[in-house]
Amino acid sequence: MAKLDAPKIVTARIGIEGSHTLATYLEHGGYESLRKALAMTPEAVWSEVDDASLLGRGGAGFPAGRKWSMLRKNPVSYLVVNGDESEPATFKDHLLLENDPHQLVEGVVIAAYSLQVSQAFIYIRGEMALALERVQSAVNDAYASGALGQDIFGSGFSLDVVVHPGAGAYICGDETGLLESLEGKRGFPRIKPPFFPAVMGLYGQPTVVNNIETLSNMPWIIANGGKAFAALGQGRSTGTRLFALAGHVNRPGVYELEMVHNTFRDIIFDPALGAGIRDGRALKAFIPGGVSSPWFGIEMLDVPLGQDEVGERGSMLGSGSIVAMDETTCAVRAVWRITKFFSRESCGQCTPCREGSGWLERILWRLENGGGRHEDIDLLLDVCDNISPGLVWPPQQTTICPLGPSIPASISSAISMFKDEFYAHVTNQGCPHG
Amino acid sequence: MSHLRPEIRQRAEEIVSLYPHPRSAMLPLLHLAQEQDGYLTPEAMEEVAGLTGTTAAEVRGTASFYDLFHLEPVGRYVVGVCTNIACLLAGGIELLEHAERVLGIPVGATTPDGLFTLEENECLADCDHPPCVQVNSRFVRTTSADQFDALVSELRDGGRTDEIPPFGTLVRVRRTVGLVAPREQVAEERARVSIERQQRAEAKP
Repeated sequence: MAKLDAPKIVTARIGIEGSHTLATYLEHGGYESLRKALAMTPEAVWSEVDDASLLGRGGAGFPAGRKWSMLRKNPVSYLVVNGDESEPATFKDHLLLENDPHQLVEGVVIAAYSLQVSQAFIYIRGEMALALERVQSAVNDAYASGALGQDIFGSGFSLDVVVHPGAGAYICGDETGLLESLEGKRGFPRIKPPFFPAVMGLYGQPTVVNNIETLSNMPWIIANGGKAFAALGQGRSTGTRLFALAGHVNRPGVYELEMVHNTFRDIIFDPALGAGIRDGRALKAFIPGGVSSPWFGIEMLDVPLGQDEVGERGSMLGSGSIVAMDETTCAVRAVWRITKFFSRESCGQCTPCREGSGWLERILWRLENGGGRHEDIDLLLDVCDNISPGLVWPPQQTTICPLGPSIPASISSAISMFKDEFYAHVTNQGCPHG
Repeated sequence: MSHLRPEIRQRAEEIVSLYPHPRSAMLPLLHLAQEQDGYLTPEAMEEVAGLTGTTAAEVRGTASFYDLFHLEPVGRYVVGVCTNIACLLAGGIELLEHAERVLGIPVGATTPDGLFTLEENECLADCDHPPCVQVNSRFVRTTSADQFDALVSELRDGGRTDEIPPFGTLVRVRRTVGLVAPREQVAEERARVSIERQQRAEAKP
């Protein structure tokens, strides 16, 4: 049974008429948390966030409190908000940006105050024109009402926020790629070390990069306390999280669920959530956390929606997007399209990713379209192994950023589950699904 | 002589003043240049180079990395159909093929009347309305062939112009307030950048 009694932390105002406006936000207690935070010390604000044990909602799941504490030693710094949501089938930040931009702005100011940062950038994907306009309006209104700018609410704290449009590149979702892009360059991820922008970030200065959803949690955490947040969920996975459900379900959408206390079966089949597979068909497999995550078969349906619970079983919650595929889905075609995406979005810096993704796409294309050879399945795995040696989880990395090692995830997991289907594409001289 | 119109030029300078380093204004300025010309002309890129303290080659090299920047003219409406995983499962490829037939052009091409350019998009983060279609970065949510046809004829008849401005116009909401740097400081910074640029050009053998 799905557990749906948890409070709505980031989606409380979604669905309310005019939820993106300042007036509506203020009617629902908007900017009260900011006033409360500004009356606290920056350390006390950090301590609430640390108590919440909030894991970053961008994909890697790094604890926000720990990320911030790295920066507290260094004086000069920037806060950069990652709104370049482009992991395929992930659409939670899009929802928050368009429908509750003030919640984000309030979260940004709270974070900036805790970090004692005076300049923040909100980087939003260029394909989201409406989101860019709504966030810019929210920023304008926040300045006009004293929630941004100089001497915020008379506290003496000042913050400038710039809304920055991206221009269409998946790789800018990688934090160092995003920083390069924000510096006005190609979005090439930076060579590590240094591993963290907290050491060397924007313009070489200590920088914190946080996801939209992560910062949207801040107003609630300050209002209700970090411990109240941590009381939700279980283990390392605290609070609620947005899950973007897509694919062959009756009710695709973004659902805010308490971590761990619900399973993949709940979100896909519960009548209040995904409401089952379309046209009464059977589920074939599902992607548990964005296309960079290895697929799960139906035997994994009862795995709880938690960071470690999914991690232990060889995949990840990643960006929080779940794609359900029904029995009519051709595994080869689905994997081919995902691989085509990586091939197109590879920035081209590292050979394994740049060349490997293109080879893999072409092999999958010929399998799907009748040119497949018997040895192609082994060849796929061999190329995958060259990109990410051993095909283990978490993946080994041969490239600067995690894009490369993400490519084998869908290929190797689909082959292990549907090997016969891959070989059927060879013997059938093309896709048996027609 | 400025290639950017005075009003656009002024907005460009305001954008530059928002960033600690002028080069950071690269992407917003390129969007602005596209807003004026519909794509990135060599003259506009040259001017963006001047504004950001870079060279025209650096501007082109950066612009060509990003999908939303076009170095060749495109239609008034850039229509994108997503075929990535969630849309694939909902018939995205079939809808894209339908779009090719209706518009009479292959992916990447522009109709002879200069009205439409068709693109195959990667995931547009609107996966609960698949297959996802965008026009000029606006979600239009036409998920069937019939709805797509209706959209095309509506745009041909000059409809929906409030919702969908010509290609290149990305953010119509202007930044109205903020800690904008004093004008003298901006002028000083610009002079410094232009001297540095001059010195770099002269230092080249």
